[in-house]
Amino acid sequence: MFGVTALLFCCLQYLSPEMRASLYIKDPRQLSQLDAVIEKYGLRKPVYVQYGIWLKQVAQGDLGYSETAKMPVADAIRSFFPATFELTVMTFFPILIIGVIFGVLSAVYRDKLLDHITRFVAITGYSLPSFVLGLLLLMVFYGRLHWFPPGRFTLDTDMLVHGDSFRHWTGLLTLDCALNGQWAAALDVASHMVLPAATLLYISVALLLRITRSSMLEELTKDYVRTARAKGVPESVVIRKHALANALIPVVTLSSLLFIGLLSGVVITETVFDFPGIGRWGVQAAQQLDVPGVLGSTMLAAFLFVLANLISDILYAVVDPRIRVGN
Amino acid sequence: MERWKRIWKMLKRRPMSLLGVGLIGFFFVIAALAPVLAPPEAGSRDSYIIPQTGYSPDPVRPSKDHWFGTTEQQYDLYYGMVWGTRTAFRVAVKVVGLSVFLGVLIGGAAGFYGGWVDEVLMRFTDIVLAFPDLVLAVVIVAILGPSLDHVMYSVMAVSWPSYARLVRGDVLSVKERDFVAAARALGASDARILFRHIVPNSIYPVLVVASLSTGSVVITAAALSFLGLGAPVGYADWGQLISLSRNWIMGSSGNPFEYWHTVFIPGIAIFLFVLGWNLLGDAVRDILDPRQK
Repeated sequence: MFGVTALLFCCLQYLSPEMRASLYIKDPRQLSQLDAVIEKYGLRKPVYVQYGIWLKQVAQGDLGYSETAKMPVADAIRSFFPATFELTVMTFFPILIIGVIFGVLSAVYRDKLLDHITRFVAITGYSLPSFVLGLLLLMVFYGRLHWFPPGRFTLDTDMLVHGDSFRHWTGLLTLDCALNGQWAAALDVASHMVLPAATLLYISVALLLRITRSSMLEELTKDYVRTARAKGVPESVVIRKHALANALIPVVTLSSLLFIGLLSGVVITETVFDFPGIGRWGVQAAQQLDVPGVLGSTMLAAFLFVLANLISDILYAVVDPRIRVGN
Repeated sequence: MERWKRIWKMLKRRPMSLLGVGLIGFFFVIAALAPVLAPPEAGSRDSYIIPQTGYSPDPVRPSKDHWFGTTEQQYDLYYGMVWGTRTAFRVAVKVVGLSVFLGVLIGGAAGFYGGWVDEVLMRFTDIVLAFPDLVLAVVIVAILGPSLDHVMYSVMAVSWPSYARLVRGDVLSVKERDFVAAARALGASDARILFRHIVPNSIYPVLVVASLSTGSVVITAAALSFLGLGAPVGYADWGQLISLSRNWIMGSSGNPFEYWHTVFIPGIAIFLFVLGWNLLGDAVRDILDPRQK
């Protein structure tokens, strides 16, 4: 993570102090104070000094102020992350279920019609850019049918959520609305997530499908499966109890990486659907060279990446008794 | 000859791979024939700039004059699609080629020299890998300024690490083999051993990954164009053409699909192009990967 932020700092040095300072100036009349701004943020100091200052601030819990989000970085993360997390969770479990079920079926019925259809759907999803699919979905389900609008919620829900009586239990809006007894609002929030979730699902399910299928195919050729069949174990039991249990090992360990892939892959999807999450904020910050914003969002992503690798290692040991970390 | 026969036999057994070859072939023909299919206007300086007929903001539906209709500000979609094929090929080939080159160079050096060289190069690789691809790419383009070349550099900057890792692993195993020791005993230089003996023996997995990842490179580059970081407005680039359609998904009152062509036509082109590469990548993997035989 230090590496990530250090590299970013070096990249940003490419810009002149004047360019970076201009971000803080919104009014032409303030131009005369350009040098004062550069001085204030220490933009002319050497890279390592600037990096040191930034690290010191982070250690004190100050991540800076994000101009694109119009709030401090810590607040921005607190407000954007739950939205992205909610969207990711809504997508992740359907992907797991669909991916594993169809991956297994596709392996069991290898080279049959079902296998061909599944693989075709998977590879088309893998080949479809999220912004194309997103725009087409919007055209049909928003433009034509008016079912699922873009954004986070409608105006009514907006007022409700930011009202005084609304309590934020979890930060996950759908859940919060339900816990507050506002079923209509919960439904409204959920309906705003249908299209982005569907987009992410179609595009990301291919990976899991392929892994499940190939790992299942491999297990089905192994000796213990043949032994079980020879002993007269019914085919359905062979598949569910013997082969699947082993085939799922790589699936489980990869699923935590898939989760991260989703979290960072939502960038374009969030932008298309104007969904206020980490991805959209990250892109906006990067486009406008909002330095604290970029640092904050990428640091979060890097942190999640490290966390996912850790979880994946732990899961690996949990699902496969042959592997034990340490002793 | 024998080899081509075998490849052809393999392709015939897999209709999907054949489809992939067909799609890429189709796009290749379009790209090659671009000046015939969509002749640039006389006196235009850059054939990639789409001719404009008027400046009205509303897209116009397909008609006899404009086979695919026009986008906002009256850029001819047909012209953009045809010349955009060349742009797509240029991006795919350049980015993948350069990332493979960079990956082989860095991964090869790390695996070959080991020790602190390996440590430094691979830590750096890990750092780049830990970034969310798209965000890093956006930062790089934003710093360099929006342009198609910068999009290519930035996609390359985020895609070389996976090749570097792959090459390093292969080089580590290949360099222990006898023929490397033999070359060394004959007094070959480091560079000669690395590029004449080790790299050719560890390049196949890289080629497989390269052919499989071409599709996603095209998508990433198009996504950056879509975000408005790529070619300037009016340049024949599919991602750019799609971004022009963003304001028109709603259609007009009474006819919600009025402007369907602005999303659908460039969208389908990108989809088929990427699909072609992905299917082709699968085929290359099957042909080159001995385990699949």
